[in-house]
Amino acid sequence: MSEVILQIDQKEVRATEGMTVLDAAKKAGISIPTLCHHEKLEPYGACRLCMVEVVAGGRTRLVASCLYPVEPGLVVATRSPLIDKIRRVLIEEMMAHAPDSWQLEQLAKEYGADRDRFEKEPSFCIHCGLCVRYCQEIKKKNALGFIDRGARREISFIPRIAAKECWNCKECFELCPTSALQAAFVLVQALTPTPEPPE
Amino acid sequence: MDKDQIDRIIAKYHGEASSLIQILLDIQSENHWLPRESLEWVSESLDVPLTRIQHIATFYKAFSLVPKGRHEIHICMGTACHVRGASRILDTVQGQTGIKPGETDLDMKFSLETVNCLGCCALGPVMEVDGKPHGKMAPARAIEVLKNYE
Repeated sequence: MSEVILQIDQKEVRATEGMTVLDAAKKAGISIPTLCHHEKLEPYGACRLCMVEVVAGGRTRLVASCLYPVEPGLVVATRSPLIDKIRRVLIEEMMAHAPDSWQLEQLAKEYGADRDRFEKEPSFCIHCGLCVRYCQEIKKKNALGFIDRGARREISFIPRIAAKECWNCKECFELCPTSALQAAFVLVQALTPTPEPPE
Repeated sequence: MDKDQIDRIIAKYHGEASSLIQILLDIQSENHWLPRESLEWVSESLDVPLTRIQHIATFYKAFSLVPKGRHEIHICMGTACHVRGASRILDTVQGQTGIKPGETDLDMKFSLETVNCLGCCALGPVMEVDGKPHGKMAPARAIEVLKNYE
């Protein structure tokens, strides 16, 4: 693995090839806000909060740092008026869905986001996919997944699998940046009286 | 739909998980909808998690997870059909079948859906039954067309 030297916020950062900009920044002690990132899971790029400005080949681009691989000589800015504005609007949009999420409240304070900017539509899910991916990649149980699409997309447990696996695991609960996951699970619990006997 | 029928469809695609959507489409066209048992069997046979199948089956409008009637009526509500009176056709068909768009009647005879363009605007207003387009519809003609289906 060859070493790559890049610049993040005017600081020289050494990283290894194959790392993402987010990994490199973390290693150098530079914080980038994330909601859908988890070190054990594949990068997903859903929340877009980790958006940074990169200068490569003389051009400035906005990229999701959790997906963007490091390159030699890359110049990255993790804060700028434009990035702050993008993050602020993203937080405001997510707060329309999950107004009382502790993580979002903290971020809102930092970026000056107005939690009441958009009309409330409390689905409580911000589609970070942490629970879905954790169940799929780490636990390999596939007890829950996304259903539907676009504005109607939501998480859904498969009752038969959930009744068998979830009660003793619940490891995904603490990953959820809102309380949507727990609510969905409680609903499944209520709808599934007893696990069906194996055939 | 029994397991043999599904196995036949899966065999047609050599049991490849990458043909999942084709397999689901074939089940949908033979059975008119995707029952839970069928999806569970497909999941087991292809070794694809049920969450993934559920995601795909709810993503595409071509799939239905609720029972559909023997005949599917699509009424075009696109711009060209709309200005030529598609809403009157829809009202007539709703009155004749007793169901609203998205519903299926009790005898499982008809399912009704509105669509946004069938791609033959010159024939508008268009009503499609089981994939067969009926162009230049008028309320009285729509009733005549529906009488041909049992």
